[in-house]
Amino acid sequence: MINKIAASVAEALADVKDGATVLVGGFGTAGIPNELIDGLLAQGAKDLTVVNNNAGNGDAGLAALLKAGRVRKIICSFPRQADSHVFDALYRAGKLELELVPQGNLAERIRAAGAGIGAFFTPTGFGTELARNADGSPKETREINGRSYVLEYPIHGDLALIKAERGDRWGNLTYRMAARNFGPVMATAARRTVATVHEIQALGTLDPESIVTPGIFVSRIVKVDRVATQAGGFRKAA
Amino acid sequence: MSYPKRTKDQLAARVARDIHDGAYVNLGIGMPTLVANHLPADIEVVLHSENGILGMGPAPAEGTEDYDLINAGKQPVTLLPGGAFFHHADSFGMMRGGHLDICVLGAFQVSATGDLANWSTGEPGAIPAVGGAMDLAIGAKQTWVMMDLLTKQGESKVVARCGYPLTGIGCVKRIYTDLATLACTPRGLMLIDAIDGLGHAELERLVGLPIQTATDNHDAKDRP
Repeated sequence: MINKIAASVAEALADVKDGATVLVGGFGTAGIPNELIDGLLAQGAKDLTVVNNNAGNGDAGLAALLKAGRVRKIICSFPRQADSHVFDALYRAGKLELELVPQGNLAERIRAAGAGIGAFFTPTGFGTELARNADGSPKETREINGRSYVLEYPIHGDLALIKAERGDRWGNLTYRMAARNFGPVMATAARRTVATVHEIQALGTLDPESIVTPGIFVSRIVKVDRVATQAGGFRKAA
Repeated sequence: MSYPKRTKDQLAARVARDIHDGAYVNLGIGMPTLVANHLPADIEVVLHSENGILGMGPAPAEGTEDYDLINAGKQPVTLLPGGAFFHHADSFGMMRGGHLDICVLGAFQVSATGDLANWSTGEPGAIPAVGGAMDLAIGAKQTWVMMDLLTKQGESKVVARCGYPLTGIGCVKRIYTDLATLACTPRGLMLIDAIDGLGHAELERLVGLPIQTATDNHDAKDRP
């Protein structure tokens, strides 16, 4: 019998290793797996590479993980935010490596990892500073049918942490509105994917036409409470 | 100088006038978002948001915000009937794959041939951040820039060659500004329109570059 339901966040994250590459879903206030990031902080793994669209804001969540010195490198598209002071200070002090990736290349590199693609040519970033490797050398380029492209490699995760809406014991997932963002892509690209859901449904009751992430991509699901607010809305921490 | 500049809303209205019925459009963060307020009521335009929304509607009434439904600027929005959600790889595939008709972006500088600089001023010590800027710049069928023509210091933001780090090469088709609307072509700038009272010679002086005018054997609708 397949049962991917974990009793707790701690159980789902028990075996994260030092040095792991962790894909973390979320964009803005939507789709951030807050409980799993807190769980990673409690679990203790260090020397992590974190892949997220941003680099944490405020003092909680990803910012807390950074502040605790547990992250060696961050791969993201937009680290600078109004309240990204934890990242800013660590980056300026040279205590955190940054790989800045155009957002679509970030999504596609993750998608490529999940889809078994060895590398791909993309027009995004051609002729810019971001078409360079960390050592400053130019990335490989090629002209194809008169257009110029940059070679980009996949981003594989050891672990993906994502926020979904509903799930079942096979790990099938649905999402809610723009909280979907990186979740379905990251779920495919990691050796192990842990998702939070707000509802666990009996097997067979999720509409098969509505399942966005089939359970094959999911290792564990954990039910967490929805942070509800007034009618029609969810608080920032939802 | 006695010519009245286009206000931000007038500029947004000028951009909106060129958006066609049925267009799929991405409006960049900042001034371009104003364009949504000026789209004619008698056409249907589908707004795309990079975080995974097509059919994005206006901001919700106070008290009905839903923080799972936000735009690229991370502000609460609404979904119009017919709208859809999708994941990030699909969303950027819509850009890169050339499925969006028009993308309107802000800019620090645009070159006469359409190079765009809008993600970094290259200041030493600044924290770099790019987001979807490079994907947006090169992906849509047409990339338009919306900005003031001059900096606060009076320097033209339309330049022969961008001094700031590039976002994309040769990707901008049109520049809508508070003083004039220009087309970027491989042969340089072409005038689409200028505000009343601003003569061609004065515009060229402000920009510091030659600006061609449409020749008589081009019908107005064929202009770039």
